[in-house]
Amino acid sequence: MDLIEVLKPTAAEAVVNDVCDTLARRAQAGSVGICPVELTDAFVSLCAAQSCGKCVPCRIGLAKMHGIIAGILDGQGCPEDLETLERTARVTYASADCAIGYETGAMVLRAVEGFRGDFLSHSQDGRCTGGSRDAVPCRMGCPAQVDIPGYVALVHAGRYDDAVRLIRKDNPFPLACGLICEHPCESACRRGVVDDAVNIRALKRYAVDHAEAMFAVQPDGSPAPEAAPFHYEPTGKRIAIIGGGPAGLTAAYYLALMGHSPVVYEQREHLGGMMRYGIPAYRFPREELDREVDWIVSQGVEVHCGVSVPQDITLDQLRQDCDAVYVAIGAHQEKSLGLEGENAEGVLSAVEMLRAIGDGFMHDFTGQSIVVVGGGNVAMDVARTSMRLGAASVTVVYRRRVEDMTAQDEEIEGAVAEGCDIRELTAPARIITEGDKVCGLEVQPQMIGAFDRGRPKPVKADAPTEVIPCDRVLMAVGQAVGSGPFAADGIPVRWGQIVASPFGEVEGMPGVFCGGDCESGPATVIRAIAAGKAAARNIDAHLGFSHSISVDVEVPAAQASDRMPCGRSNTTERMAALRKHDFNIMEKGLSDQEALQESSRCLRCDRFGLGAFREGRLQSW
Amino acid sequence: MVNATINGQSVSMPEGSSILEAVFATGNHVPTLCGLREVSEIGACRVCMVEVEGVDRLVPACNSPLEEGMAVRTDTPRVLEARRVNVQLLLSQHDSRCPTCVRNGNCVLQFLAQELNVLEEPYRPNITREPWDAGFPLIRDSSKCVRCLRCVQVCAKVQGCNVWDIKNRATRLDVAVRDGLSIAEAGCVLCGQCITHCPTGALRARDDTDTVLEALADPEVLCVAQVAPAVRTSWGEGMAWEDSASEGRMVATLKALGFDYVFDTNFAADMTIMEEGSEFLERLKEGDVGDNGPMFTSCCPGWVRFVREHRPDKLGRLSSAKSPQQIFGALLKSYVAPKLGMREPRSAEDYLGAVREGAGIGIGLDTHPQGEGANDLAALAARAENGAAAGQPASPQRIFCVSFMPCVAKKYEAAVEAMVREGEPDVDAVITVRELQRMVRMTHTNPALLEDAAFDSPMDEGSGAAVIFGTTGGVMEAALRSAYYLVTGENPDPEAFSAVRGTEGWKEQVFDMAGTPVRTAVVSGLENAAKLLDALDAGEVSYDFVEVMACPGGCTGGGGQPIHEACELAGQRGTVLYGLDKKRATRFSHENPSVGACYEDFLDKPLSHRAEELLHTDQSQW
Repeated sequence: MDLIEVLKPTAAEAVVNDVCDTLARRAQAGSVGICPVELTDAFVSLCAAQSCGKCVPCRIGLAKMHGIIAGILDGQGCPEDLETLERTARVTYASADCAIGYETGAMVLRAVEGFRGDFLSHSQDGRCTGGSRDAVPCRMGCPAQVDIPGYVALVHAGRYDDAVRLIRKDNPFPLACGLICEHPCESACRRGVVDDAVNIRALKRYAVDHAEAMFAVQPDGSPAPEAAPFHYEPTGKRIAIIGGGPAGLTAAYYLALMGHSPVVYEQREHLGGMMRYGIPAYRFPREELDREVDWIVSQGVEVHCGVSVPQDITLDQLRQDCDAVYVAIGAHQEKSLGLEGENAEGVLSAVEMLRAIGDGFMHDFTGQSIVVVGGGNVAMDVARTSMRLGAASVTVVYRRRVEDMTAQDEEIEGAVAEGCDIRELTAPARIITEGDKVCGLEVQPQMIGAFDRGRPKPVKADAPTEVIPCDRVLMAVGQAVGSGPFAADGIPVRWGQIVASPFGEVEGMPGVFCGGDCESGPATVIRAIAAGKAAARNIDAHLGFSHSISVDVEVPAAQASDRMPCGRSNTTERMAALRKHDFNIMEKGLSDQEALQESSRCLRCDRFGLGAFREGRLQSW
Repeated sequence: MVNATINGQSVSMPEGSSILEAVFATGNHVPTLCGLREVSEIGACRVCMVEVEGVDRLVPACNSPLEEGMAVRTDTPRVLEARRVNVQLLLSQHDSRCPTCVRNGNCVLQFLAQELNVLEEPYRPNITREPWDAGFPLIRDSSKCVRCLRCVQVCAKVQGCNVWDIKNRATRLDVAVRDGLSIAEAGCVLCGQCITHCPTGALRARDDTDTVLEALADPEVLCVAQVAPAVRTSWGEGMAWEDSASEGRMVATLKALGFDYVFDTNFAADMTIMEEGSEFLERLKEGDVGDNGPMFTSCCPGWVRFVREHRPDKLGRLSSAKSPQQIFGALLKSYVAPKLGMREPRSAEDYLGAVREGAGIGIGLDTHPQGEGANDLAALAARAENGAAAGQPASPQRIFCVSFMPCVAKKYEAAVEAMVREGEPDVDAVITVRELQRMVRMTHTNPALLEDAAFDSPMDEGSGAAVIFGTTGGVMEAALRSAYYLVTGENPDPEAFSAVRGTEGWKEQVFDMAGTPVRTAVVSGLENAAKLLDALDAGEVSYDFVEVMACPGGCTGGGGQPIHEACELAGQRGTVLYGLDKKRATRFSHENPSVGACYEDFLDKPLSHRAEELLHTDQSQW
């Protein structure tokens, strides 16, 4: 008999594995602005390299699809190409022997469908469709297009005040974003091609932590001159802003700089929107939020808190009194699952609970068992808040798997570290009550199943329901827009969200603009900021002006260094055992040493690649 | 100051200097290809790579700042290898049929390949060939393009036109006219700055030398040359006859090429001054300047085209005076032609009558091969034969006017419909300085062996004011010299308006015109012009008279000038013109005796009915 050799990975196999890892990282980091047709071509050629070559559609079909796409890209395509490509892909999907082939066919079909316009542009006009250039990936990844390489370089140079001033050109919330931005810029960061994305958010926080003077406000509430940006001459135009959250305050800030008089109507007692009434203080301390909001307000924003539109003042009235109106009411209405017992005492929505905390009312959960329903960031926020309110136990119930949760990984890990229990594949079925009061949640075990709309769907497992005994059930299953009264006033609403043009104009109501969560549905602070920024520009233009926002900060030149691989410095958190007892800030910022190294990791895409092309840095908007 | 070493040599440079500047300061050399100082420093070609101690990868010298303590080496094997491979890579996408390339001998890529001793091409070639409208005065040959993107940058940043853009990404990145448009519809003003800043033969002007050589060879055609001021400053640059390239030698050379008459466009420039200066004074009197917007000069067709394509709201603010080139052509074919010994010359009255009626036109139109109702070549030949048989002297039937210009846009201007009557253009062909050099070279004419000659009469004389038309500020200065005279009856000091000189992009000056302050501005480079227009629109500035030249530095920096890599010679050539100005018999357009005679014999006075018909145009109808 033949002997059996104990196989060990060869050096070549180790390199192949390394290449595959790098490829995955690179695909992620290099995808901003890529030509979809080039990407499809590269993908098909990679798939062809994986083919064993046995079956016809994979061996020949993949090569032919690559040839057709390359021909289209080379401008040598013919009108029938796209049809041939689709037919080949269809047949490869339908008839290849294994997944290497049929999944490639499926992917090409998706690509032709998804990028048909790009394919046609290449085959008919011999060029990419117009559209954004990926001059600076992080900037393109940021909804507000903040000049990230610019401020990272300023942090590296120790010019923290300038870094804050540069950020404020595009985003008046550097402090908020330094703490709680979900940093889509980092997903786009080209440094990921080398090792890992730059910790952009932590560097922003570092700059803010070292630029106290930039937040100075005079005792009478007027702006401190050293921190004040340039204001245009007053125009005498009044703009009503409904909602004092990140979208509304951003619009107000830039409109104030443009010389207009923004007036914010906030229905709650304090400004900040979801930053106050949604995000817990251990992530964003209230005094920090106040510091940022006070500074913004000091730049010339009139504020009326506790005033609700349309109950206290109607939209029509505002339209008459002001030259324009910006509706930025956010998404503050809770959703419910319609479970039996959902109205029982002890059932609380996340929105309700966080809103009360925002106004200073702290529930006392001392010794209680809490169940949280949901798998998003808000579910984690209420779970961790419950811990801090003295809960004896916190169980998060989620019907899919942990990896399917929409909450960010670090939020889930943080909750677990603080002692929250996560029960995945567990669907809430019914709230058990004793009298009017909650005493448990009946749950149905689930099994993960087939994909539905891009993610696997849970199905009922062949297992009996269970009851999780508890004192309270917190429902964190999403928020909705309180658009009802506005719909009644004639503002178009679809699926509960306000409908606006891509420029934020509300159809049929000249001078009325809308943006933020109430238009997009619940999103992120940075998206709301971007919407507010766009609103300021578009309202300014609507009023017949063309004020541009700029800042006179010179960015240090990029240095000719290698930028050799170097690990990313992550922020750390206070010990779970300690932090779970208080609402003090949980995250620890970068040390001086870390910030210096982390800022040096920036590849300065504003200088290298196409960053230096044509206009180079955008000095104003 | 920043202290560093280049190949061991110490150097101390001002803060912000690039490594490249430091290398040059030490007398060392690093080859470059894509970079264009202050316009495009994108580091695309990777030819200027150098080694910096302590940095693992090579560093581009052109756009890397010199840092304190840096130890740079420009001469290591790694550096040489990188340069050679990058040049080889470029060659694999470059149509290297150099013998038939207009830039043969003046191509950065060719020079680099030679300099780096690149004798082999290891990479399989893949060369793109995009179609192009060969009739357009600007021609792009994609097979020669090295994608340095200088054209995109110059067009956008210096000229504010944004004609060029990147098309496609990744391995298929290319330069193309923006938004998939054809060049004719993309707002190209034909300044030619992309041509003079192209390192290879990817961009060039349409070559019209064959048309001219045909005319020169035709005994039935009287060939007349006119030469723009800036041509005489540069026509010898880089050529074997550089040392003998004087103004007189240029006239002699054109005669040797076969031109029957060689006139000076400067005469027409003086005419332009009389017309434009008078128009300005009229507008000033009527208050149609200042708050109404200034009067803009109109002698630069790149600028006129810019206004038409990009700022049509300003068309009415242009002076209606034609440019010197077109004034020359119009006067040649009306006023001068009868004096040139033509067979069956038409009188000036006939010419003008034809203009008025919009009917047949031109001297000997009936024999113009391209004209309406023209006889075919056989008939032409038959007539010549008959003439010869009848023992008549072979005198020409048709005037062919060739203008020698530092400009590509002039090719467009000469072909504008309003400048062509019934197939008879004021100017028949426009030849750039580069084409002139090629004509001299291909005919093996040797200027060094010729004797200087003078311009022909009666369009021989140009004032000093006319000669400075070729440089930024010159038209303004010339106009002010004569306007002052027209207002006061006295000549100013010829140097009185010299404050408008210099190559800065935007100059302004207030002059006292006999008690009336005249606010003037001079801009060159269309991005500067665009900024000035924006400032006017925003009410930030107010002027009475503004001179605009499309090319930075004016015609001396024109898009039809000889190309010298990394050299901007507009200022230097302008100095030559100011020297000529001082040597001219008169420095005032109104004192040019030929101008006086033209008005006396023919036009009566500036802005007369006849002058309006012949020397003015409505640019909105172009």
